Amino acid sequence: MSEQAHHPAPVSPIEHRVAALEALLTERGLVPEGFIEEITRRYESQIGPMNGAKVVARAWTDPGYRRRLLADGTAAIAELGFGGPEGDHMVVVENSPAVHNVIVCTLCSCYPWPVLGPPPAWYKDPAYRARMVREPRRLLTEMGCPLPDDVEIRVWDSSAEIRYLVLPERPPGTKGMTEAELAVLVTRDSMIGVARL
Amino acid sequence: MEPGHYLTSSYYERWLTAAAALAVEHGLVARAELEARAGGRFPLSGPALARPAAGAGPDAGQPRFAAGDRVRVRKWHPPGHTRCPRYVRGKAGTVARVDGMFSVPDVEAHGTARRYEPTYSVRFDAAELWADGQQGVWVHVDLWDSYLEPS
Repeated sequence: MSEQAHHPAPVSPIEHRVAALEALLTERGLVPEGFIEEITRRYESQIGPMNGAKVVARAWTDPGYRRRLLADGTAAIAELGFGGPEGDHMVVVENSPAVHNVIVCTLCSCYPWPVLGPPPAWYKDPAYRARMVREPRRLLTEMGCPLPDDVEIRVWDSSAEIRYLVLPERPPGTKGMTEAELAVLVTRDSMIGVARL
Repeated sequence: MEPGHYLTSSYYERWLTAAAALAVEHGLVARAELEARAGGRFPLSGPALARPAAGAGPDAGQPRFAAGDRVRVRKWHPPGHTRCPRYVRGKAGTVARVDGMFSVPDVEAHGTARRYEPTYSVRFDAAELWADGQQGVWVHVDLWDSYLEPS
């Protein structure tokens, strides 16, 4: 023991540790064969910002849907077939010329997976998590989203069970566009609130 | 986690460490097996040093606060796990929204017991949080009922 304390074996590379845990749990039948591949496939091809973009485009083109979305985000998002883990309790916050919303999780990385997919690396970075509540106006400017001084900023720290989605403003010059055409314009960052369209 | 390991580990390394530690604690795998397969040391997290002050206790009944109420976050340092962010402790804000009943993480993180309480979205003026005079910035934080007191 003391020998080990003086000369500890090197820590195994993280890839080897992940493979070791996965192999042992799979061999024991605790993780069904193909389960992890299926989850990966789903998050690579079916669950991502394209889902949130459909929600936003529907809200831009259907006033009744927009009202339902702002009143009960979870139910309105489920109308389009989206829901599940990290999306069971959704609140949608709407941007306007006078108000800009942005989401963060200061404690970890809570994020609305069914509509945006897994969070980008910078969303989990301690610098983003600390500065978005400490000096959001400056951080947004640094991230390429400067706001006029008279625009109110509302930061939403998802520190409990609610997950947030920002409903960005419909960009100018899009009047005749269809819902499908509009959905293409909606970016992930605009639904987090670190970009405007 | 051992502090040096925690500070030098990546985001997902912490998740891996937590998952592996749970698997070992529950007897699903042995640490020696993990290390043999991984070909090196497989550091795990240990039990929490501190236990939560309160046990599970009864669920909260009706929400104590309504939208528009002024509240203050308790200025305390709970032992063990909590999801009350340090930067709002002792600060006053206004209830913006009352949400449903949710399991209190301070209890849930330490075992199989559960206690349910309402959560609230509480709106804080950033200028009050940071005393720096910034204008037009509101920070909303979602907080469990027992984190709050009337203000």
